[in-house]
Amino acid sequence: MPKTSSGLLSRSLAVYFKDLRMELRTKNALNAILMFGVTTLTVVSFSLGQSGLSPKLLSALFWIIMFFSAMSGLAQTFIREEETGTSLILNLTAEPNSIYIGKLLFNLTLLITMTSIITPMFFIFTDAPTENILPFVVILTLGVFGLVSATTLVAAIISKASVKGALFAVVSFPILMVLLMVLVGATEKILDNNSLSSVSSEIQFLIAYVVVMTTISLLLFKFVWRE
Amino acid sequence: MYSLKVEDVGKRFGERKVFSKINFELFTGDSIAIVGSNGSGKSTLLKVILALLTPSKGVVQYIEDQTVLSDDIFRSYISFVSPYLNLYDHLTAEENLIFFSTVAGFHVTGKEINALLEKVGLEGRGMDYVMGYSSGMKQRLKYAVALLKKPEFLFLDEPTSNLDDDGKKIVFDIVEEYRSSSIILIATNEKEEYDLAKDIVRLT
Repeated sequence: MPKTSSGLLSRSLAVYFKDLRMELRTKNALNAILMFGVTTLTVVSFSLGQSGLSPKLLSALFWIIMFFSAMSGLAQTFIREEETGTSLILNLTAEPNSIYIGKLLFNLTLLITMTSIITPMFFIFTDAPTENILPFVVILTLGVFGLVSATTLVAAIISKASVKGALFAVVSFPILMVLLMVLVGATEKILDNNSLSSVSSEIQFLIAYVVVMTTISLLLFKFVWRE
Repeated sequence: MYSLKVEDVGKRFGERKVFSKINFELFTGDSIAIVGSNGSGKSTLLKVILALLTPSKGVVQYIEDQTVLSDDIFRSYISFVSPYLNLYDHLTAEENLIFFSTVAGFHVTGKEINALLEKVGLEGRGMDYVMGYSSGMKQRLKYAVALLKKPEFLFLDEPTSNLDDDGKKIVFDIVEEYRSSSIILIATNEKEEYDLAKDIVRLT
């Protein structure tokens, strides 16, 4: 019998809280994400001004900022393990699923933190309509889950490569392209004051995307991590 | 009773052969030193045995009472100490120990942590960040992490690297303590280290 007594959840939470504790002490990933997000948002708002941008343009701008901000920080959790040489002992000690779930939760926390700062700023700087805010939050939440579910496995893959930074965005882009197209379309409808029911098919797609990506990642992670 | 079976194992990196036809079988109570000149593949062989690298040829099996253990299960029986294995610098020694025990699936008490730190000569330094440790202290802490789970298989790569005389004595005592209850593999070039093992595998 294996010498284990605690379950997958407590082991995953151990990985999560370890990463969270280290992030709070170093702030590496959070600073990278926030700096990129705030800088991009500021440049966009100053160049375009509050000149009544169309929902189509606002939606595209918002998800461009979200995508590149996420790309600048979400890979850090795996890259840090490789660069500091801790991946070896983590590999030997922890079960792959607990590592994946812990890292997924950490990336989710990171992106939720970023989103909760960037989104209000986006509405203020671009003067985007706020009448339909609840449906917007629904799409945003699904988008955050979609981004994290797709990029956590990619982060594990690229952490083993020598050119990590550029590779993350390049490898993630094809996987995220469909997600981003749906998110931009749904956000445009919401900003155009349509109801949540008008984006029901997009919501179904986003839920399916998160479930499929998370399941595939859980199945594949062991092979990525241990090779 | 546990055993470790290494059968016809070879490793190549591209066209370069590192080693080939490595065969041995160890049982609980056995210890073996893997020796060889620099670049002969000692650490690579250890990594292959630890399933951190895939062998180009042959198989490595961890066996408990004639049952071959799966990848996930045998990892809960092994501990590894090496100069290139790093702990978390931004955590304290105690946080490292708690993390590695929880993530391995078991609970460790404060008393057990203190006992482990005392055993490796780090008593009173548990609340210090690992980044503030010297290389010798880090090596000692790796032994504390390795002994968290009372391993059935103990793998040591250059076991006394970075250690002073007191540290070396701690390592020798640990090997002596686990000699009868574990299978011990030591990769080294130091005579005083391979003298700790009963048998020697020489890589050329």
